[in-house]
Amino acid sequence: MSTPLLVTAAPTITENPPQIDYWLLSPMLVVFGAAVIGVLVEAFVPAARRRAVQLGLALAAVAAAFVLSILIVGALPADGPGETLAFGSVAVDRVSVFLQGSVLVLGFVSLLLIAENRRGESAFAAQAAAVPGSEEEREHVMAGSQHTEVYPLVLFALLGMQLFPAANDFLTMFVALEVMSLPLYLLCGLARRRRLFSQEAAVKYFLLGAFSSAFFLFGIAMVYGYAGSVNFAEVAAAVREGGGPLFADGGGRPLLLLGIGLIAVGLLFKVGAVPFHNWKPDVYQGAPTPITALMASCTLVAAFGALLRVFYVPFGGSAADWAPMLWVVAILTMVLAAVVAVTQRDIKRLLAYSSVVHAGFVLTAVVAASPEGLAGAMFYLAAYGFTTIGAFAVVTLVRTHENGPEAGELSQWAGLGRTSPLLAGALALFLLAFAGIPLTSGFIGKFAVFEAAMAAGAAPLVVVGVLSSAVTAFFYVRIIVLMFFADPAETGPTVVRAGLFTGSAIAIGVAATFLLGVYPTPVLDHLLPQPGTEQGESLVATAEGSAG
Amino acid sequence: MTDIPWLTLAIALPALGGLAVALLPRERVLAAKWTALGVSGAVLVLVAVMAARFAPTGGERLQFAEVYPWIPRFGVNYAVGVDGIALVLILMSAVLVPLVVLAAWHENDDADDRGKGYFALILVLEAMMIGVFAATDVFLFYVFFEAMLIPVYFMIGRYGRGPQRRAAAVKFLLYSLLGGLLMLVAVIGVYVYGGTFLWSELVGPGGALAGVDTTAARWLFLGFFVAFAIKAPMWPVHTWLPTAAGASRPGTAVLLVGVLDKVGTYGMLRYCLEMFPEASRWFVWPVVVLSLVSIVYGAVLAIAQSDMMRLIAYTSVSHFGFITLGIFAMTSQGQSGAALYMVNHGFATGALFLVVGFLIARRESSAIGDYRGVQKSAPVLAGVFLVAGLAGLALPGLSPFVSEFLVFIGTYAFHPVPAIIASVGVVLAALYILWMYQRTMTGPAPEGSARLRDLSRRETWAVAPLIALLIIFGVYPQPLLDAINPAVEATMRQVDVTDPAPALGDADTTASGQEEGDHE
Repeated sequence: MSTPLLVTAAPTITENPPQIDYWLLSPMLVVFGAAVIGVLVEAFVPAARRRAVQLGLALAAVAAAFVLSILIVGALPADGPGETLAFGSVAVDRVSVFLQGSVLVLGFVSLLLIAENRRGESAFAAQAAAVPGSEEEREHVMAGSQHTEVYPLVLFALLGMQLFPAANDFLTMFVALEVMSLPLYLLCGLARRRRLFSQEAAVKYFLLGAFSSAFFLFGIAMVYGYAGSVNFAEVAAAVREGGGPLFADGGGRPLLLLGIGLIAVGLLFKVGAVPFHNWKPDVYQGAPTPITALMASCTLVAAFGALLRVFYVPFGGSAADWAPMLWVVAILTMVLAAVVAVTQRDIKRLLAYSSVVHAGFVLTAVVAASPEGLAGAMFYLAAYGFTTIGAFAVVTLVRTHENGPEAGELSQWAGLGRTSPLLAGALALFLLAFAGIPLTSGFIGKFAVFEAAMAAGAAPLVVVGVLSSAVTAFFYVRIIVLMFFADPAETGPTVVRAGLFTGSAIAIGVAATFLLGVYPTPVLDHLLPQPGTEQGESLVATAEGSAG
Repeated sequence: MTDIPWLTLAIALPALGGLAVALLPRERVLAAKWTALGVSGAVLVLVAVMAARFAPTGGERLQFAEVYPWIPRFGVNYAVGVDGIALVLILMSAVLVPLVVLAAWHENDDADDRGKGYFALILVLEAMMIGVFAATDVFLFYVFFEAMLIPVYFMIGRYGRGPQRRAAAVKFLLYSLLGGLLMLVAVIGVYVYGGTFLWSELVGPGGALAGVDTTAARWLFLGFFVAFAIKAPMWPVHTWLPTAAGASRPGTAVLLVGVLDKVGTYGMLRYCLEMFPEASRWFVWPVVVLSLVSIVYGAVLAIAQSDMMRLIAYTSVSHFGFITLGIFAMTSQGQSGAALYMVNHGFATGALFLVVGFLIARRESSAIGDYRGVQKSAPVLAGVFLVAGLAGLALPGLSPFVSEFLVFIGTYAFHPVPAIIASVGVVLAALYILWMYQRTMTGPAPEGSARLRDLSRRETWAVAPLIALLIIFGVYPQPLLDAINPAVEATMRQVDVTDPAPALGDADTTASGQEEGDHE
């Protein structure tokens, strides 16, 4: 891209040096700082102590960033719009802070899973550069080497995920997308077992991801051509007026429509909606399970956050153009993924397809294009994140035999409810939450998104949604049947004892799934934007504030 | 109306009891059984005391009401309260649970946890059964309605009988979930149109749903009705019931058919009719036709069954046809009869299932062909079976007769043709019950087979109260009708229908709630 264009796109810098509100940016800065220090730790701390230092640093940074987010949300005006920082490139409002907070909490829980180190054996390859099955690899395994680079990589990814839903112009959003994605591509290829699978997943994810980034970038170019700016507020103004400064006569709609379509491809790829979902099963299956948990929870939150902001703020004025497209995508996503999921035999692939279906449910709320839809989607994402991390945490514990790989084949899970009732009970709770049974967080989330869609007049979408939930219920129930009603197979799985880290990840998942299902009021009333108040419109309001 | 939160106590007590049983160590099964019996007995006492304080006339429609905000964001309240119909159904559930615990004492002794989990599930289910009848918030009702499926699912799938139990459990759950999810759409619709979930604010001419346009109201009605029809179950969505009942322990079947399915018919009466009066009147004939098909089809298939559990399940399909017929006849006798039918059917079918359970405990089979001449070796068992069966075919003197008679009167007043067709069901009922009795209980005992033990003291205690209730309410149904009638009158007013003149039936059952209200 050419630099001169960019300069004209950015607002004129009148202050020298520029004033930046570092306080509101602090959650991101803390994570960024810790990631950079993590890189230095790799260089200067002896290998024996690296893991402890890295883990401590990462957990402390994420926790500190979360505390800062809470302080910021407390300091934000109670029912006004948020603020834009750094010359209108970052929006800090209730929506972005809530999503950042969710990413941080879910990231913290994922880090617990990533940190699990059973008898010196983590989920990650001892030496990723060694050829799978080679003598070199064996030596590293025997020596107990570890890739502690995982922790700074995760921190960088979390930084990108924090910025993604908070970006207030397309270029910042693109940078966030790449900061978020590049570490993930790498992390996907680091699985300790079935390494070829894992590397294949990484390559697949990288190629398709790069492809979708290209779409996204191309879309930005189109929109820039239409509106003459990448800033959300200015794009929004151009869309509302039916033509930017370049098209004073109201022309240029093809550019806008192309731009919306191409940007949508990039974002829908990240959330894994049909027909851009094909990477999900392969990547979720091949990646180390803790990384899968990270992607299934945090990436989904961040990607939907960005999707919501893009469709509600810059493209909010042309909802009539994009809503039909999202209708089709939502229906395809819910129906196809649900049907295909029925045929899956591997637990991680099944959870991947289930995640696709859930993305479809959240899309119904996006289609609503209303404050209720926004709040519903946000609640759904947070609730789903906890449940899905918990489910993947259970997956890490069920092995084919002691010290063996994870037992992915569903048939191997037979009778788990009899041999380890607590673990199976936890998974059953997560599955029931996925199915949307009352008294779990999944039900409240489903209610919230469907209520928003219905109120916006999308009743057919809701009907498709509940029908595909019925289909998904079929395969969740089948797992429960297998675990509780079938006799344990002779070659049944071995459940390794949950370490402190995995155990707490599962416990947090169970607690969140149950509490958000029984008493969601605190989250719904205090953390989410309220419909009918200015907060509800805060996304739009923030962007407009930055235009002035 | 009262300072004691009766209904919350009646929900919380079994829920906590269930938790306590679940937390008991695995080897303390006996303690689990006694806890389950004690807790369910205590719930019965609690509910009975509450029922005694219920003012059938002169009081408010919903008594013992409690309303606390739960999820204000969605206008959801924890709201409970009972009218006469809900009260008698709660009472019926509270009576059945301890008896089921008693009857199931040894049923699961060979399960890997020796049945401890089963008793915990029964108590959890009891909490949800009371909750679903007590809920006066549509969202809360839906929560109980759906959550109830999970304990039953485990009761069938984990503690059921035979190799089919897993498939039966899945079929049960998926059928119910499908209905429930369609209802979810309607529940959301109610909120979108009405803006509240409180039943008392939704219904009535000035209620929040009064302004909904006709087409939307009909769709919403359908959303609720399909879920209730699956639950009830009504032809053609009944197929899960025989499978589920056939694979259940008899104790599970009692609760499943006796109580859970009543939620469907109760829901029609309470939610479909009162929230969507116009749509209800519009759908009268389709529902009446489906009810008639259920009555005849269920009865015919019952005759053809070779398994007693499945046979009783099919008779229930037929009986539920009578209940829905009574509800949608839109006459006070019909609806009173239907409400009464729900209670009586719970006792009669409960007794039948329990007796079959005793037979299964003796010979590990529920096939009709495996029994002959039981009467000779176990006369008391056979006698109880006969009484329960006769109650099932609505013999005068036993309580189901009263309700079936009322349904007939009510239906005839609505239109003679359905009443005449429904009477075929009565004839067929005599056939399936008596033929089953004849084949299993009478005749010579087969050569060489071990004699069957007669009822033990525990078994007698489990079934005797039901037989007693069948006879008492057969002779003197007035206490139940006194509770039910005012609620039915109120429903009729909401639906805006009146009894066609000339009114049939005796003075007792047509006495209107308003007149009785003046006595106070």
